[in-house]
Amino acid sequence: MKFVRDIGAAGKIGLGTFLLFPTVFRSRDSRAEFSHQLYKTGISTLPVVTVVSLFTGMIMALQVGLELRRFNQEIYLGAAVMITLIREMAPFSCGLCLASCVGSAIAAELGTMKVNDEIDALRIMSISPLKFLAVPRVLALCVMAPLLAFYCCVVGTVGGGVVGATQLGVDFGQYMSSAIGIAERKDLFVGLAKALVFGWTIGVVAVSEGLGTKLGATGVGRSTQRSVIVNFLLILMLGYMITRLCYQ
Amino acid sequence: MSIIEFKGVSKAFDSVKVLDGLDFKVEKGEILAIVGPSGTGKSVTLKHIVGLLDPDRGEVTVEGKPRIGYLFQSGALLAWLTVYENVALPLKETTRLKEDEIDRLVRDALKEVGLEDAADKYPGEISGGMQKRAGLARAIVRKADIVLYDEPTSGLDPVTTITIHRLIKKLNRDHGITSIVVTHDIQGALHLADRIMLLKDGKAVETAKVDEFVHSANPAVQEFLTAMKGELK
Repeated sequence: MKFVRDIGAAGKIGLGTFLLFPTVFRSRDSRAEFSHQLYKTGISTLPVVTVVSLFTGMIMALQVGLELRRFNQEIYLGAAVMITLIREMAPFSCGLCLASCVGSAIAAELGTMKVNDEIDALRIMSISPLKFLAVPRVLALCVMAPLLAFYCCVVGTVGGGVVGATQLGVDFGQYMSSAIGIAERKDLFVGLAKALVFGWTIGVVAVSEGLGTKLGATGVGRSTQRSVIVNFLLILMLGYMITRLCYQ
Repeated sequence: MSIIEFKGVSKAFDSVKVLDGLDFKVEKGEILAIVGPSGTGKSVTLKHIVGLLDPDRGEVTVEGKPRIGYLFQSGALLAWLTVYENVALPLKETTRLKEDEIDRLVRDALKEVGLEDAADKYPGEISGGMQKRAGLARAIVRKADIVLYDEPTSGLDPVTTITIHRLIKKLNRDHGITSIVVTHDIQGALHLADRIMLLKDGKAVETAKVDEFVHSANPAVQEFLTAMKGELK
């Protein structure tokens, strides 16, 4: 029963934030808040995303490169790394970074506001928490997730190239031309669309958990934890579903 | 003339009954203090007035469409906004007033609660008493007709408590604001209120003018006053 209620609440927030997106651009204050959320979502997570994507590309290049070398096919290393990154690993690792860094912070922030009566205070002032708090955060995630996924792909590919050149004897230029040659427009669009869906999901789940917080500090911890776990699971499931839908 | 009326209001949370057929009226322009032991539904009563909670049974009537301000126990200020921005928030988000008009109203409200000098400070940089005063400025900035105070002096030192009491009285006297004060502080309630209502087991066991309340023969009132005196000692 609680599960159904949670899904209902998240659905309401998802639909509400979608319908209220234009309100972000209506006033100077809301635009400023949106810019602030863009900064918090994108710029402040950049160091984590950089390290994660760099090592993702490096590990993939090493694992795949060693196998390709057995068949003297190292020239395809760039293609293998790029295709895995652009289709799956870039949106996936970017989604995990955003869920753990930004989603958890949103759930904790809104959860703390809930237990401190700040959400009720907004409602009493006739200010919609959905419009005032959820929309700028969810929209910032929707904008930044595809950009970060693209960045992830670039950094991961370069990381893979460095490993290929230094440890597998693959020429960096050859690696890059193999990588760029394989990527199709569809792969890019699907990868970015995945990231967009992940961004929206992370935001909606985090806001839903945060606003549903009960029982003081313990409740804030529980909401934050649930936000991360639910987001991790949804990223995996949605990733598979989108891949299944787009690559049959 | 009554501005708020509760008729047989009941409310339960997970089968725990908090309000059980609560009946009372609030007269326009008065200060009503709601006292009672913890967990008797004082804050829940306030939340029914502003529509944060709906009764399971019974009816809550608020006459006309009054502007209602609410002072939370914690102040409930947004941590990332300055005191000025917190007070300006309801005006910016819910009205189409111009910047200079908003500025005038916010400065007036801050002056009313004596916080002109703390306008640019963040809630984390000011004391608990100042946070409550800032919360009060936010509650009245839209020219509230009714202000609901949820434990306005809990956790405050005696001097700040007196300051808050004076403020509540001043707002009531100067602007005719109807006030409902939920409090544990019986001394404060006696000093502040026109009438006092004692809540027990989700019911109003006594509602009377201060003098009558103190001398009430109702055993629940005497028991509560005795317990409070013991606590004060």
